[in-house]
Amino acid sequence: MLRIEHLGKQFGPQVVALQDVSLQVQPSEIVALVGTSGCGKSTLLRIVAGLEAPGTGRVLINGAPVVGPHPAVGFLFQEPRLLPWLTVRQNVEFGIAHLPAAERAARSAGALARVGLADFAGAWPRQLSGGMAQRAAIARALVARPNLLLLDEPFSALDPFTKMDLQEHLLGIWADDRHTLVLVTHDLEEALVLADRVVVLRSRPGRVHHTFHVDLPRPRRRTAPDFQAQKQRLLEALGVAA
Amino acid sequence: MSDSTLTLPPLAVRTAAPAARPLPAAPRAPRRWQWPLGAVLPLALLALWEILARTGALPPNLLPAPSKVLGTIAELARTGELWPHLGLTLARVGAGFALGSLAATALGALTGYAPLARRLLDPLLQGVRNIPSLAWVPLFILWMGIYETSKVVLIAVGVFFPVYLGLMSGVQGVDRKLVEVGRMYRLSGLALVRRVFLPATLPAYLVGLRNGLGLGWMFVVAAEIMGANKGLGFLLVDGQMTGRPQTILASILLFAILGRTTDAGLAWLSRRLLRWQDTHGSEQG
Ligand SMILES: Nc1ncnc2c1ncn2[C@@H]1O[C@H](COP(=O)(O)OP(=O)(O)OP(=O)(O)O)[C@@H](O)[C@H]1O
Ligand SMILES: [Mg+2]
Repeated sequence: MLRIEHLGKQFGPQVVALQDVSLQVQPSEIVALVGTSGCGKSTLLRIVAGLEAPGTGRVLINGAPVVGPHPAVGFLFQEPRLLPWLTVRQNVEFGIAHLPAAERAARSAGALARVGLADFAGAWPRQLSGGMAQRAAIARALVARPNLLLLDEPFSALDPFTKMDLQEHLLGIWADDRHTLVLVTHDLEEALVLADRVVVLRSRPGRVHHTFHVDLPRPRRRTAPDFQAQKQRLLEALGVAA
Repeated sequence: MSDSTLTLPPLAVRTAAPAARPLPAAPRAPRRWQWPLGAVLPLALLALWEILARTGALPPNLLPAPSKVLGTIAELARTGELWPHLGLTLARVGAGFALGSLAATALGALTGYAPLARRLLDPLLQGVRNIPSLAWVPLFILWMGIYETSKVVLIAVGVFFPVYLGLMSGVQGVDRKLVEVGRMYRLSGLALVRRVFLPATLPAYLVGLRNGLGLGWMFVVAAEIMGANKGLGFLLVDGQMTGRPQTILASILLFAILGRTTDAGLAWLSRRLLRWQDTHGSEQG
């Protein structure tokens, strides 16, 4: 699905954001990227999305090098980034303007229902709470039916309840659609709840430090002893826990 | 509403909508009648003025009573003399506003969007902006004659700068993050302009248009005072020449009404177009 080969990226003469990062992601896999702030996670995701040009190396999606935003790739930003002049429904339909109206309406209604916002289709973004706005953004990312969804700390600004709720949501949608997810997060529990594989990046220069397979059956319960054991192992891999 | 909840898959049912604010579909409560507090002071002053003028405390050859000013307008309307003046002034402002805002829209969009154009054009335009606009009058009259062209161009110059500045800063200020959303959905060129830049710029642009219109009204007075044989500005000069302050005041009053009305039109348009805005003022509508 996604192949990142020896990717490097430098900003100016000083900042080496990424160096020789290689990563392969299988179809329907969920990969979490974790690492300290400034280690290049967002940069990596933006290059994969085609929003930023790679410095060295290359990124292949289904075998083809990425040269710009790809129709099969969706991006969920850290902020909802809803367009304030469009209603919630119009925002959700923003990326599928090329489809016939009936198809658009059906898809956006489905996506809004899936994130529990069916009653807010006609609302303006300013009328939504932060969690609702982020759910609308999820709906917008999903109506285009991406094969690969990139998520940059999508839930980090939310309270723990909304966050867990949206994680459940995302997993539910993933169970139906089986798209590939690459997710940046600072939250190790989030990584363990969602991901098949956790990739730890190290900073300056940003490179892959460690890859961690999560062998837990779904649905995963945070309180289960084996979940806690995995968390302990991950912390050790990060060099945090003694 | 019950229909849509029925069709929700179990996943969505699990998630109760948190912190639901009032639904936008709910009918808006009719606005409560408020005493027009702002009208109290002007009305009181008018009454005082009327009394002072009638008792002769104010010299009638300098400051005639409000009733006399209104009478003058009524008389001008009755004889039909008013309409050519009014129509011509409106036409001049309309033409100047159209010309000025069209030019400003083209250049403002260009300099806002393309850094190269900004570096090339903006210094020149900013320099021209600093010329007191009335300084153009003799040159315009020399170039284009005393008739309509020079007047319309002068008004257009006045309208141009606020619209240009509003639009340019509006385009420059478009949130990069929203532009990125557009790029993520592979919009580029015209589609990106139409679907992201245009709506994002609209608030600043509309403010620019309103400021431009205000200046248009200022400049039409200047243009008509400089030389015209018709128009509300001509009535000002005429009233001065013939020693009739009621004509001058009538003209001033008409300018005020016209300026206020056209601005209210644009303000109404802004509110309609910017219903989505999340600003301090937007809740009061
Ligand atoms: N457009 C840019 N211009 C210059 N430097 C940049 C740019 N974008 C990122 N950087 C630099 O690249 C490095 C990696 O940034 P990046 O945003 O990818 O980090 P991150 O891992 O996402 O951090 P965080 O966890 O805080 O979001 C940082 O040192 C940052 O200063
Ligand atoms: Mg980041």
